[in-house]
Amino acid sequence: MEYKPVLQTLKRIGSWIVFPLLSVGDIVGRKTGRNMPRLTLAALGIYLYIYVLGSTGVFNGYVMHIINLSLIYVALAASLNLINGITGQFSLGHMGFAAVGAYVSGTFTTLLFKLNPSVPGAYLVFVGAIVAGGVAAALMGVLIGFPSLRLKGDYLAIVTLGFGEIIRTILNNISYVGGPRGLLGIPKFSNFTIIFAAAFLTILVIRNLVHSSHGRAFLAIRENELAAELAGIDTTRYKVLSFAIGAGFAGVAGGLFAHLLQMAHPTQYGFMGSVMVLIMVYAGGVGSLTGSIIAAFSLTFLSEGLRGVLDGLGELTNLPLGDLRMVIYALLLILIMLFRTEGLMGNKESKLLMLPEDKR
Amino acid sequence: MGSIINAQQIINGLQLGSIYALIALGYTMVYGIVRLINFAHGDFYMIGAYAAYGAFFLFNAVLGGAGGPMAVATLLFAMLAGLSIAALTNRFAYRPLRYKPKLSSLITAIGVSMFIEYVFSATPFIGASFRAFPAIIPQSLFKIGSATVSNYVVIDLAVAGTLMIGLTVLVKWTKLGKAMRAVSQDKDAARLMGIDIEKVISATFMIGGAFAGAAGLLAGMTYPRIFPYMGILPGLKAFIAAVLGGIGNIPGAMLGAYIMGLAETFASAYNSLLGEGIAFAILILVLLVRPRGLLGEKTADKI
Repeated sequence: MEYKPVLQTLKRIGSWIVFPLLSVGDIVGRKTGRNMPRLTLAALGIYLYIYVLGSTGVFNGYVMHIINLSLIYVALAASLNLINGITGQFSLGHMGFAAVGAYVSGTFTTLLFKLNPSVPGAYLVFVGAIVAGGVAAALMGVLIGFPSLRLKGDYLAIVTLGFGEIIRTILNNISYVGGPRGLLGIPKFSNFTIIFAAAFLTILVIRNLVHSSHGRAFLAIRENELAAELAGIDTTRYKVLSFAIGAGFAGVAGGLFAHLLQMAHPTQYGFMGSVMVLIMVYAGGVGSLTGSIIAAFSLTFLSEGLRGVLDGLGELTNLPLGDLRMVIYALLLILIMLFRTEGLMGNKESKLLMLPEDKR
Repeated sequence: MGSIINAQQIINGLQLGSIYALIALGYTMVYGIVRLINFAHGDFYMIGAYAAYGAFFLFNAVLGGAGGPMAVATLLFAMLAGLSIAALTNRFAYRPLRYKPKLSSLITAIGVSMFIEYVFSATPFIGASFRAFPAIIPQSLFKIGSATVSNYVVIDLAVAGTLMIGLTVLVKWTKLGKAMRAVSQDKDAARLMGIDIEKVISATFMIGGAFAGAAGLLAGMTYPRIFPYMGILPGLKAFIAAVLGGIGNIPGAMLGAYIMGLAETFASAYNSLLGEGIAFAILILVLLVRPRGLLGEKTADKI
């Protein structure tokens, strides 16, 4: 493939779409003294940029698929970051919440479109199903949030891990949703637009939450729970709230995931899946949304790249090298913990995701 | 219910409980001393099973023939393998993080666990698939009342019992045991009394690893199928058993493990889904009703 025209297209689209939007955002932002216009327009710019590249064929279907996956992981990592990084709890069952969202929305759309393939307003129905999945997951978050009233640190980790395993076991045993075969034949509704919107919404809500009084309460609980309680913060309520919001967004991401892959399988939502999201949060930096975004993208791309390279090498040498991918992941996690415990970004945040007057 | 709780099930439960007990002891000792849930502990057990598998074929090729002395040699080999991997893990993964936030050790433990599992399944001559475990000692069955008992039950109970008695003696009456108890009570005071904390921690990991290795051999023999991910669920269940008994408490871990073994056997006999989920149900119940476990001591939160 000749890359010169590709590069030119990239540049041209960049200069026609992204820069004007960014500068408009910058001007508005400076005039109003707020970051919101800047953030929204930057996101719009990035969205249009990738969208145009995708629809003109500069990015082929495979690349767009990986970008979609990355964006789903952005939503998952950011929502886990709210629980683990910002509120300072420790959840090891995040994919359990995603599973709830995936199965609830997936069952709903599959059933509906099996009964009547030409439902009017199909896309709206799909969005409704995704939201329903998110709400169901949030309710599960409230349910699992209650043990966190009494438990701390590693005990909480074990309970959430157990919760994730229980969800997986239950799904494995309900033949109505496919049991161990998984839920198959989910209509393919997820596309770049809705996934981008969901990821952006997740980031936006969590960013605004952190800077609200609720967010201050979350941070206070992370820093010192006892002191937070003495300062009059209802720690129980805020911990449950954090679990519910994080779980809700995970449920939405799970629903989109199922409608992207057109299937939902219990093993996707097991312990290993949760650990992948956990790695993204800790690699990116605990409490840093910017870090979560960067880590979600780079690890998803790394994973796909490694898959290609290792499968190629494996075919050449006739060895099962595919599993080395997970070895590299595990090693990465250990090395990050040993040598950069605070993650890539540490506690830092991109300027776009902060309030203008905030300096961290 | 009479058909579910009978002598046969009790024997099966005790057998499963012995294996859980050997794993749970490692969890509880390590937690008692460094306050770390060693997620990789289940993988030490898996390594014990693989080491026994390898050792059996090695000894068989060199010496020939199955028999008593060789079974003992295989057991020692499995324990040595568990001990070495535990010592290495402690030295290279946990020790550098000793004075960093606790959660970073926990995450490292998850990483170590994944690392060991996937290295095993990616190594060409081990592979991710199931392997049949050889009969190290020929199996023979006999009857006690209405229950059929295999000699493996006797071996499992005897090995677990011997090791547990040995551990109790070690912890109660030796200098190392005294040092272990001191470190688990107060690290700083122990250091001031001239105890080399790192040595004690390392010894604790080694003992736990050796026990897990022995459990790996017993489990391989009893349920003759091994694979690289075999440690995940028993590890988790043994941990829950340790929490049930009161984590950090050695008799508690033994008690919890036997309760867990019996509960799981009965539940599986009743319904297989219940059998899979009973461990987690027990965990959530214990943590909600009595978080310090059955034999755990109540500790006040220090401010």
